[in-house]
Amino acid sequence: MKPEEQSRQQLELAGWPVIVESYRLGDVYHCTISNADPGARITRADGSTRNEAEQRAIEKATRYLGQTRRFSTG
Amino acid sequence: MSAATIPNVLVTTDWVAQHAADTGVRVVEVDVDTTAYDQGHVPGAAGWNWTTELCDTLIRDIVPIKKLEELLGKSGIDNKTTIILYGDNNNWFAAWAFWQLKIYGHEDVRIMDGGRKKWVAEGKELNIDEPSFPPTTYRASTTDLSIRAFLPEVQKAVAQKSAALVDVRSPQEFTGEILAPPGLPETCQRGGHIPGAKSIPWAKACNDDGTFKSASDLQALYGGAGITADKPVIAYCRIGERSSHTWFVLKYLLGFQNVKNYDGSWTEWGNLVGAAVEKP
Repeated sequence: MKPEEQSRQQLELAGWPVIVESYRLGDVYHCTISNADPGARITRADGSTRNEAEQRAIEKATRYLGQTRRFSTG
Repeated sequence: MSAATIPNVLVTTDWVAQHAADTGVRVVEVDVDTTAYDQGHVPGAAGWNWTTELCDTLIRDIVPIKKLEELLGKSGIDNKTTIILYGDNNNWFAAWAFWQLKIYGHEDVRIMDGGRKKWVAEGKELNIDEPSFPPTTYRASTTDLSIRAFLPEVQKAVAQKSAALVDVRSPQEFTGEILAPPGLPETCQRGGHIPGAKSIPWAKACNDDGTFKSASDLQALYGGAGITADKPVIAYCRIGERSSHTWFVLKYLLGFQNVKNYDGSWTEWGNLVGAAVEKP
Protein backbone atom coordinates (compact mmCIF):
# COMPACT_ATOMS: atom_id res chain seq x y z
CA MET A 1 0.00 0.00 0.00
CA LYS A 2 1.03 3.58 -0.48
CA PRO A 3 0.23 6.51 1.78
CA GLU A 4 -2.43 8.68 0.18
CA GLU A 5 -4.31 11.91 0.88
CA GLN A 6 -1.36 13.34 2.74
CA SER A 7 -1.98 16.52 4.68
CA ARG A 8 0.25 18.85 6.68
CA GLN A 9 -0.77 21.95 8.57
CA GLN A 10 0.54 24.13 11.35
CA LEU A 11 -1.75 24.88 14.28
CA GLU A 12 -1.40 26.36 17.72
CA LEU A 13 -2.51 24.13 20.58
CA ALA A 14 -2.44 25.30 24.20
CA GLY A 15 -0.20 28.15 23.10
CA TRP A 16 2.38 26.00 21.30
CA PRO A 17 2.91 25.78 17.54
CA VAL A 18 2.50 22.24 16.28
CA ILE A 19 2.54 20.40 12.97
CA VAL A 20 -0.43 18.13 12.26
CA GLU A 21 0.32 15.51 9.63
CA SER A 22 -2.01 12.81 8.41
CA TYR A 23 -2.33 10.28 5.64
CA ARG A 24 -4.51 7.35 4.66
CA LEU A 25 -3.08 3.87 4.41
CA GLY A 26 -5.69 1.43 3.18
CA ASP A 27 -8.84 2.08 5.18
CA VAL A 28 -7.15 3.80 8.10
CA TYR A 29 -6.23 7.45 8.54
CA HIS A 30 -3.11 8.06 10.63
CA CYS A 31 -2.38 11.39 12.28
CA THR A 32 0.79 12.54 14.02
CA ILE A 33 1.27 15.81 15.89
CA SER A 34 4.75 17.20 16.49
CA ASN A 35 6.22 20.36 17.89
CA ALA A 36 6.89 22.86 15.13
CA ASP A 37 10.15 23.55 16.90
CA PRO A 38 12.18 21.53 17.78
CA GLY A 39 10.19 18.79 16.08
CA ALA A 40 9.50 16.28 18.82
CA ARG A 41 6.51 14.06 18.27
CA ILE A 42 3.78 14.68 20.82
CA THR A 43 1.11 12.19 19.94
CA ARG A 44 -0.59 10.24 17.20
CA ALA A 45 -3.99 8.70 16.60
CA ASP A 46 -5.83 6.64 14.02
CA GLY A 47 -9.38 6.88 12.69
CA SER A 48 -11.70 5.80 9.94
CA THR A 49 -11.80 9.38 8.64
CA ARG A 50 -9.19 12.12 8.58
CA ASN A 51 -11.26 14.26 10.88
CA GLU A 52 -11.64 11.46 13.39
CA ALA A 53 -7.91 10.73 13.46
CA GLU A 54 -6.95 14.39 13.70
CA GLN A 55 -9.46 15.23 16.40
CA ARG A 56 -8.31 12.33 18.53
CA ALA A 57 -4.69 13.39 18.13
CA ILE A 58 -5.48 17.06 18.76
CA GLU A 59 -7.38 16.22 21.92
CA LYS A 60 -4.47 14.26 23.34
CA ALA A 61 -1.85 16.77 22.21
CA THR A 62 -3.79 19.67 23.73
CA ARG A 63 -3.91 17.82 27.04
CA TYR A 64 -0.17 17.05 27.02
CA LEU A 65 0.82 20.53 25.87
CA GLY A 66 -1.36 22.11 28.55
CA GLN A 67 0.82 20.44 31.17
CA THR A 68 3.99 22.10 29.93
CA ARG A 69 5.26 24.61 32.46
CA ARG A 70 7.14 27.77 31.61
CA PHE A 71 9.74 29.07 34.01
CA SER A 72 11.27 32.48 34.36
CA THR A 73 14.77 32.67 32.98
CA GLY A 74 15.59 36.01 34.47
CA MET B 1 23.63 15.77 1.08
CA SER B 2 25.19 14.18 -1.96
CA ALA B 3 26.36 10.59 -1.92
CA ALA B 4 29.64 11.77 -3.38
CA THR B 5 30.56 13.75 -0.30
CA ILE B 6 29.28 11.26 2.26
CA PRO B 7 30.20 7.74 1.27
CA ASN B 8 29.02 4.74 3.22
CA VAL B 9 26.90 6.27 5.98
CA LEU B 10 23.88 7.69 4.17
CA VAL B 11 21.57 6.14 1.62
CA THR B 12 18.70 7.79 -0.18
CA THR B 13 15.08 6.73 -0.03
CA ASP B 14 15.34 5.71 -3.68
CA TRP B 15 18.31 3.48 -2.89
CA VAL B 16 16.31 1.80 -0.13
CA ALA B 17 13.34 1.31 -2.44
CA GLN B 18 15.62 -0.53 -4.84
CA HIS B 19 17.81 -2.46 -2.41
CA ALA B 20 15.81 -3.15 0.74
CA ALA B 21 15.32 -6.78 -0.20
CA ASP B 22 18.91 -7.40 -1.33
CA THR B 23 20.83 -10.24 0.26
CA GLY B 24 23.08 -8.84 2.95
CA VAL B 25 20.93 -5.77 3.54
CA ARG B 26 18.57 -5.31 6.47
CA VAL B 27 16.42 -2.23 6.86
CA VAL B 28 15.40 -1.37 10.42
CA GLU B 29 12.93 1.26 11.63
CA VAL B 30 13.54 2.86 15.03
CA ASP B 31 11.07 5.54 16.09
CA VAL B 32 10.46 7.89 18.97
CA ASP B 33 6.87 6.77 18.65
CA THR B 34 7.23 3.06 19.21
CA THR B 35 3.91 2.40 17.49
CA ALA B 36 4.74 4.28 14.29
CA TYR B 37 6.13 1.09 12.75
CA ASP B 38 2.62 -0.36 12.90
CA GLN B 39 1.29 2.60 10.89
CA GLY B 40 3.21 1.22 7.95
CA HIS B 41 6.90 0.68 7.35
CA VAL B 42 9.37 0.11 4.55
CA PRO B 43 8.55 -3.30 3.09
CA GLY B 44 10.74 -5.92 4.72
CA ALA B 45 11.95 -3.62 7.47
CA ALA B 46 12.41 -4.87 11.01
CA GLY B 47 11.12 -2.65 13.82
CA TRP B 48 13.10 -2.04 16.98
CA ASN B 49 11.59 -0.53 20.11
CA TRP B 50 14.06 1.84 21.73
CA THR B 51 12.31 1.71 25.11
CA THR B 52 12.65 -2.04 25.47
CA GLU B 53 15.19 -3.29 22.93
CA LEU B 54 17.83 -0.57 22.73
CA CYS B 55 18.44 -0.02 26.41
CA ASP B 56 18.91 -1.87 29.65
CA THR B 57 15.44 -1.98 31.13
CA LEU B 58 16.67 -2.59 34.70
CA ILE B 59 19.40 -0.02 35.19
CA ARG B 60 19.77 3.14 33.15
CA ASP B 61 22.22 2.18 30.45
CA ILE B 62 22.59 1.42 26.78
CA VAL B 63 21.61 -2.01 25.55
CA PRO B 64 23.81 -4.72 27.11
CA ILE B 65 25.99 -6.58 24.64
CA LYS B 66 24.20 -9.93 25.00
CA LYS B 67 20.82 -8.32 24.50
CA LEU B 68 22.04 -6.52 21.39
CA GLU B 69 23.43 -9.77 20.01
CA GLU B 70 20.06 -11.42 20.53
CA LEU B 71 18.24 -8.51 18.88
CA LEU B 72 20.48 -8.59 15.83
CA GLY B 73 20.26 -12.37 15.68
CA LYS B 74 16.48 -12.42 15.66
CA SER B 75 16.51 -9.67 13.04
CA GLY B 76 18.49 -11.95 10.74
CA ILE B 77 21.57 -9.75 10.93
CA ASP B 78 25.09 -11.10 10.93
CA ASN B 79 28.38 -9.26 11.28
CA LYS B 80 28.60 -8.58 7.56
CA THR B 81 25.06 -7.31 7.07
CA THR B 82 24.59 -3.77 5.82
CA ILE B 83 22.14 -2.28 8.33
CA ILE B 84 20.02 0.60 7.06
CA LEU B 85 18.42 2.55 9.87
CA TYR B 86 15.58 5.03 9.57
CA GLY B 87 12.92 6.49 11.81
CA ASP B 88 10.62 9.34 12.69
CA ASN B 89 11.62 12.80 13.95
CA ASN B 90 14.30 13.08 11.29
CA ASN B 91 16.02 9.91 12.44
CA TRP B 92 16.43 10.71 16.14
CA PHE B 93 16.40 7.14 17.32
CA ALA B 94 17.86 5.80 14.10
CA ALA B 95 20.93 7.81 15.10
CA TRP B 96 20.64 6.46 18.64
CA ALA B 97 20.70 2.90 17.24
CA PHE B 98 23.57 3.83 14.91
CA TRP B 99 25.61 5.10 17.86
CA GLN B 100 25.05 1.91 19.85
CA LEU B 101 25.83 -0.33 16.88
CA LYS B 102 29.13 1.53 16.52
CA ILE B 103 29.88 1.09 20.21
CA TYR B 104 29.50 -2.64 19.64
CA GLY B 105 31.59 -2.55 16.49
CA HIS B 106 29.16 -3.24 13.67
CA GLU B 107 31.04 -2.33 10.53
CA ASP B 108 28.43 -1.34 7.97
CA VAL B 109 25.62 0.80 9.36
CA ARG B 110 23.93 3.52 7.36
CA ILE B 111 21.07 5.93 7.79
CA MET B 112 18.31 6.53 5.26
CA ASP B 113 18.56 10.26 4.65
CA GLY B 114 15.27 11.94 5.43
CA GLY B 115 13.99 9.02 7.47
CA ARG B 116 10.38 8.02 7.76
CA LYS B 117 9.19 11.55 7.02
CA LYS B 118 10.70 11.61 3.54
CA TRP B 119 9.65 8.06 2.72
CA VAL B 120 6.02 8.82 3.55
CA ALA B 121 6.10 12.24 1.87
CA GLU B 122 7.26 10.61 -1.32
CA GLY B 123 4.32 8.22 -1.21
CA LYS B 124 6.53 5.18 -1.21
CA GLU B 125 5.24 1.72 -0.41
CA LEU B 126 4.37 0.93 3.20
CA ASN B 127 3.68 -2.49 4.70
CA ILE B 128 1.83 -3.21 7.89
CA ASP B 129 2.85 -6.86 8.14
CA GLU B 130 5.75 -7.67 10.42
CA PRO B 131 8.30 -9.71 8.49
CA SER B 132 10.10 -12.70 9.97
CA PHE B 133 13.77 -13.38 9.42
CA PRO B 134 15.89 -16.51 9.54
CA PRO B 135 17.72 -16.16 12.86
CA THR B 136 21.47 -15.75 12.97
CA THR B 137 24.08 -15.98 15.68
CA TYR B 138 25.57 -12.53 16.11
CA ARG B 139 28.75 -11.85 18.04
CA ALA B 140 29.64 -8.23 18.75
CA SER B 141 33.25 -7.55 17.87
CA THR B 142 34.06 -4.94 20.49
CA THR B 143 32.78 -2.48 23.06
CA ASP B 144 34.11 0.92 22.02
CA LEU B 145 33.34 3.47 24.69
CA SER B 146 35.51 6.14 23.10
CA ILE B 147 32.37 7.58 21.51
CA ARG B 148 30.44 7.75 24.78
CA ALA B 149 30.92 10.40 27.47
CA PHE B 150 30.16 9.67 31.10
CA LEU B 151 29.50 12.21 33.82
CA PRO B 152 33.09 12.50 35.17
CA GLU B 153 34.37 13.40 31.72
CA VAL B 154 31.71 16.05 31.34
CA GLN B 155 32.53 17.46 34.75
CA LYS B 156 36.18 17.57 33.74
CA ALA B 157 35.26 19.31 30.49
CA VAL B 158 33.45 21.99 32.46
CA ALA B 159 36.23 22.45 35.00
CA GLN B 160 39.19 22.30 32.63
CA LYS B 161 37.56 23.34 29.35
CA SER B 162 39.03 20.18 27.90
CA ALA B 163 36.16 19.64 25.47
CA ALA B 164 33.56 21.76 23.77
CA LEU B 165 30.04 21.04 25.01
CA VAL B 166 27.20 21.22 22.50
CA ASP B 167 23.66 21.42 23.83
CA VAL B 168 21.41 20.25 21.01
CA ARG B 169 18.05 20.83 22.72
CA SER B 170 15.71 23.62 21.78
CA PRO B 171 16.62 27.19 22.77
CA GLN B 172 13.81 27.17 25.35
CA GLU B 173 15.21 24.07 27.02
CA PHE B 174 18.70 25.58 26.89
CA THR B 175 17.58 28.71 28.72
CA GLY B 176 15.53 26.76 31.25
CA GLU B 177 12.20 28.25 30.18
CA ILE B 178 10.94 24.69 29.77
CA LEU B 179 12.26 21.41 31.11
CA ALA B 180 11.38 19.20 28.13
CA PRO B 181 10.04 19.65 24.61
CA PRO B 182 6.45 20.94 24.89
CA GLY B 183 4.05 18.09 25.56
CA LEU B 184 6.73 15.64 26.67
CA PRO B 185 7.33 14.56 30.26
CA GLU B 186 9.55 16.71 32.43
CA THR B 187 12.44 14.55 33.55
CA CYS B 188 14.64 16.91 35.54
CA GLN B 189 14.57 19.00 38.67
CA ARG B 190 16.24 22.08 37.23
CA GLY B 191 16.26 23.88 33.90
CA GLY B 192 19.16 25.51 32.13
CA HIS B 193 22.31 24.09 30.64
CA ILE B 194 25.75 22.80 31.51
CA PRO B 195 28.10 25.75 32.10
CA GLY B 196 29.97 26.73 28.99
CA ALA B 197 27.83 24.72 26.58
CA LYS B 198 27.00 26.15 23.17
CA SER B 199 23.40 25.97 21.99
CA ILE B 200 23.15 24.38 18.54
CA PRO B 201 19.74 22.69 18.25
CA TRP B 202 19.93 19.35 16.45
CA ALA B 203 17.29 20.38 13.91
CA LYS B 204 19.56 23.01 12.42
CA ALA B 205 21.46 20.16 10.79
CA CYS B 206 18.39 19.14 8.76
CA ASN B 207 16.57 20.40 5.72
CA ASP B 208 12.79 20.73 5.72
CA ASP B 209 12.40 17.32 4.09
CA GLY B 210 14.32 15.69 6.91
CA THR B 211 17.55 15.15 4.99
CA PHE B 212 20.87 16.32 6.33
CA LYS B 213 22.21 19.63 5.17
CA SER B 214 25.23 19.80 2.91
CA ALA B 215 28.70 19.43 4.37
CA SER B 216 29.44 23.08 3.68
CA ASP B 217 26.27 24.20 5.45
CA LEU B 218 27.06 21.95 8.41
CA GLN B 219 30.61 23.24 8.54
CA ALA B 220 29.27 26.79 8.65
CA LEU B 221 26.72 25.89 11.33
CA TYR B 222 29.14 24.32 13.79
CA GLY B 223 32.23 26.26 12.82
CA GLY B 224 30.29 29.48 13.19
CA ALA B 225 29.59 28.55 16.80
CA GLY B 226 33.23 27.72 17.45
CA ILE B 227 32.80 23.96 17.27
CA THR B 228 35.73 22.69 15.28
CA ALA B 229 37.46 19.36 14.73
CA ASP B 230 40.67 20.37 16.47
CA LYS B 231 39.13 20.14 19.94
CA PRO B 232 37.24 17.26 21.59
CA VAL B 233 33.47 17.70 21.45
CA ILE B 234 30.75 16.31 23.71
CA ALA B 235 27.14 16.55 22.58
CA TYR B 236 24.19 16.24 24.92
CA CYS B 237 20.42 16.75 24.98
CA ARG B 238 17.78 15.47 27.40
CA ILE B 239 18.12 11.68 27.20
CA GLY B 240 20.81 11.19 24.58
CA GLU B 241 18.96 10.50 21.34
CA ARG B 242 18.93 14.01 19.85
CA SER B 243 22.60 14.29 20.74
CA SER B 244 23.35 11.01 18.98
CA HIS B 245 21.91 12.72 15.89
CA THR B 246 24.39 15.59 16.30
CA TRP B 247 27.16 13.12 17.17
CA PHE B 248 26.46 11.36 13.86
CA VAL B 249 26.63 14.66 11.98
CA LEU B 250 29.90 15.72 13.55
CA LYS B 251 31.63 12.36 13.35
CA TYR B 252 30.40 10.99 10.05
CA LEU B 253 29.27 13.93 7.99
CA LEU B 254 31.99 16.35 9.08
CA GLY B 255 34.68 13.85 10.01
CA PHE B 256 35.41 14.99 13.58
CA GLN B 257 37.71 12.41 15.14
CA ASN B 258 37.05 13.13 18.80
CA VAL B 259 33.35 13.56 19.41
CA LYS B 260 31.28 11.81 22.05
CA ASN B 261 27.65 11.48 22.95
CA TYR B 262 26.82 12.18 26.59
CA ASP B 263 23.71 10.03 26.88
CA GLY B 264 23.27 10.84 30.56
CA SER B 265 22.46 14.29 29.21
CA TRP B 266 20.18 16.74 30.98
CA THR B 267 18.21 14.03 32.76
CA GLU B 268 21.44 13.29 34.61
CA TRP B 269 22.98 16.75 34.95
CA GLY B 270 19.69 18.51 35.68
CA ASN B 271 19.00 16.13 38.56
CA LEU B 272 22.44 16.20 40.16
CA VAL B 273 22.61 17.64 43.65
CA GLY B 274 25.03 20.54 43.68
CA ALA B 275 25.80 20.55 39.95
CA ALA B 276 26.42 23.97 38.45
CA VAL B 277 23.72 25.15 36.08
CA GLU B 278 23.95 28.09 33.74
CA LYS B 279 20.94 30.24 32.83
CA PRO B 280 19.97 31.55 30.41
